[in-house]
Amino acid sequence: MKLIFEKSSAGRKAIELPDLDVPEKSDLMPKSMLRAKLNLPEVSELDVVRHYTSLSKRNFGVDNGFYPLGSCTMKYNPKINEDISRLQGFTAVHPLAPEALSQGALQLMYELEKDLCEITGMQRFTLQPAAGSHGELTGVMIIKKYFEIKGEKRNKILIPDSAHGTNPASAALCGFEVETISSNSEGCVDLEDLRQHINKDVAALMLTNPNTLGLHDKNILEIAKILHDNCSLFYCDGANANALLGIAKIADMGFDIVQLNLHKTFSTPHGCGGPGSGPVGVVKSLVDFLPVPLVEQQNEKYSLNYNLKNSIGQVRAFYGNFGVLVKAYTYIKSLGAEGLRQVAENAVLNANYLMSKLKKYYDLPYDAICKHEFVLSDKGMPNHITTADIAKRLLDYGFHAPTIYFPLIVHGSIMIEPTETESKQTLDEFADVMIKIKQEAEQNPELLRNAPSTTPVKRLDAVTAARNPILKWEEK
Amino acid sequence: MDYISNTESEKKEMLKEIGVNSALELFNDIDKKLILKEPLKVSKKLSELEVRKKLEAIAQKNKLVKNFLGAGCYSHYIPSVVNHIISRSEFYTAYTPYQPEISQGSLQSIFEFQTYICRLTGMDAANASMYDGSTALAEAAFMAHNITNKNKIIIPKTVHPEYRKVVQTYCSMHSIDYVEINYKNGIIDIENLKNEIDGNTAAVIVQNPNFFGCIENTAEIEKLAKQNNALLISCVAEAISLGLLEPKNADIVVGDGQSFGIPLSFGGPAFGFMAVKQEHVRKMPGRLVGQTIDAENKKGFILTLQAREQHIRREKATSNICTNSALMALAATVYLSMLGNQLKDLANLNLQKAHYAYEKIRQLNNFEPAFSSPFFNEFVIKCNDINNLFLKMKENDIVPGLDLGKYYPELKNHMLICVTEMHSKEDIDNLIKIMEEK
Repeated sequence: MKLIFEKSSAGRKAIELPDLDVPEKSDLMPKSMLRAKLNLPEVSELDVVRHYTSLSKRNFGVDNGFYPLGSCTMKYNPKINEDISRLQGFTAVHPLAPEALSQGALQLMYELEKDLCEITGMQRFTLQPAAGSHGELTGVMIIKKYFEIKGEKRNKILIPDSAHGTNPASAALCGFEVETISSNSEGCVDLEDLRQHINKDVAALMLTNPNTLGLHDKNILEIAKILHDNCSLFYCDGANANALLGIAKIADMGFDIVQLNLHKTFSTPHGCGGPGSGPVGVVKSLVDFLPVPLVEQQNEKYSLNYNLKNSIGQVRAFYGNFGVLVKAYTYIKSLGAEGLRQVAENAVLNANYLMSKLKKYYDLPYDAICKHEFVLSDKGMPNHITTADIAKRLLDYGFHAPTIYFPLIVHGSIMIEPTETESKQTLDEFADVMIKIKQEAEQNPELLRNAPSTTPVKRLDAVTAARNPILKWEEK
Repeated sequence: MDYISNTESEKKEMLKEIGVNSALELFNDIDKKLILKEPLKVSKKLSELEVRKKLEAIAQKNKLVKNFLGAGCYSHYIPSVVNHIISRSEFYTAYTPYQPEISQGSLQSIFEFQTYICRLTGMDAANASMYDGSTALAEAAFMAHNITNKNKIIIPKTVHPEYRKVVQTYCSMHSIDYVEINYKNGIIDIENLKNEIDGNTAAVIVQNPNFFGCIENTAEIEKLAKQNNALLISCVAEAISLGLLEPKNADIVVGDGQSFGIPLSFGGPAFGFMAVKQEHVRKMPGRLVGQTIDAENKKGFILTLQAREQHIRREKATSNICTNSALMALAATVYLSMLGNQLKDLANLNLQKAHYAYEKIRQLNNFEPAFSSPFFNEFVIKCNDINNLFLKMKENDIVPGLDLGKYYPELKNHMLICVTEMHSKEDIDNLIKIMEEK
């Protein structure tokens, strides 16, 4: 498909600007800073609408079909949330307007924070981080500042080998040395390995729980004890919190800090890769370290509090992705306490149901009750069929592929997270297709190797793209 | 409403297939004492009608009045097309394009976005977006530190105060020296810069137009940066200015794209952008979309240069960013397609109206411009009694600008006024009229 730049026709317009209603003056700007030429495409409104509508048809979202992308929690995004976030009362509020004019926005943030505290058991949350990894970074900054204030030099952060890649990247960004902790044969943290790594240099352990194998760590309380006995902090990557809503609280497990991904657990859409929102919650002893501002309430009035003794500072301008917060708040209000618990129960039910259907046909390296997701491997696939082949063949059947080749501790990982909003019928259809693909792998492997065949483009060459990167369009 | 599809009888069948008796058994791996005995203390579930009423009532508590606020968040007209396109759920309900064969829509639009940002910034390569302008700037500072292996970041006080706070937070985490320099007549005090810049300087940051709306002279700053082998990072908070101004002399250009078709939304979400010279591409954080071919030699797009990124490089990655602000970048892509070269005319509308307001205010008693440097669509005015002015304006449901005293103690009784195409001559005249009243 042509690019918008290739559709340009000099002089064509998509919009009529209002006339200038004040006298025009010249030479207002220094000539040295002026642009010689703008060089943007000139198209009509219809051109724009057709172009991007055509592009949308070459895209696949949750509304198009089943999207079992592991660790991404691709649940249904209720339409009411979209409508609410677009209310003018929310979209037209300026962040620097006097507080008296933005009481609604502040109230929503205050109440959302209270709900997140109740759901996780944490004392307070910052809503400022703009994504999960931004939340992680904020959490690690809090860890760093905490030991600085205590006057302790602790330069290591422990991270299990099953962790999201963002965990070590976030730790390293704050200057910590990362040490990897092995998983045991059950897919949980190897306690022996953990004990061997524990010493006074260890600032914290970052653990995704439930982890990327979809397993809740059975030894969670013991891990917390090992860390706390060493005066280290326990960080929870809460990207997979969907499985715990209303079932158990993250703070009760001994975690000191957690980041939640509102664009996963709380159903705000992913928008092809953001905007997200990654609030960070902490236990009481760490509240003083949170980024500023926090929203406070006194005598029915809401205000911004910039006065936190040991605050790490600010991690983005203003208060966070407010529009995303509105969607998450609306979602929590719709579901209520009962609904949130139903989310966890059905997310876990759906994952276990699909797992028990598929493990008869695919290798399941960690065969235990799972939480929100499970991970298959490519072991035993006939005719050297790879995980990528299976993933691409799924596209031909109208499904999005699972997360593949992650976590790294499973060979040819196929990480499947069905989420709670999918029906048994959909899961059955997906299972049937996966079983059929296994048969195709035995009988007609070329079908998989040449997949996908029904998509707008065929399998794309990643090597060529990286060797000689073309990152923008240029006129010939 | 819980949006769950399974019926009770289906749940029973599923539990049977799994081989357990109840859904609760699926949580047996969690320590019994951790399992909640009581329901969460959040409000009870609501119908869609009830939710709508509740949220509309909260939205109404925000009082929307005529205002002249900018300061990093700008009120501009958003063509209807923008919201219609980003409301297509093929876009907004998709994840990051990990399966390129069914994500060409998102990938091509990001490729177009990268092209737009390159054309507007004059740089060689742009990434798929950052969270916002402030974090893009902080990441650029960090990137400069990595490229130069030097440890000092110089940032003038003419950079947005909130951006500075974020840069400072990021710098302190990596023991990078964060040095602020003063301003003179609303722009960087070159003498102060000369005193601070040295061989250990990784980068000098320049916001243009700066927080006061003034235009910085980058040629001189670039010369100083070059002499000290430091990079020049150019930052744009009001993206509409790019219609007239070109970020010149920079090694890295970052900014916030909220002005390109994204509502104020209490400060987020919008998106940040980052563009660099060719030699820095592999040091750049964030997602990049590249052009390639498919198995039948057909053109297509794919995420590329991923060896920089966290899921491959883990602790050695250039950044930890993964989710960025793709849907907002799409809004900007559609917006720029709608505007085309009329972006220049739109920028001129802003420029002219702001100068009209400036000239009118200049003629008033009790008010005077704080600086005489050229500006775009924001300017600083000194008033005799700002509290009294704001009270008077409040009675008329107007916020005349941003009180700068909170950010700059030396600018007590100063306000930053922003005028865009959204303000008619009548709005401006009305502001002046009330300012004039004793």
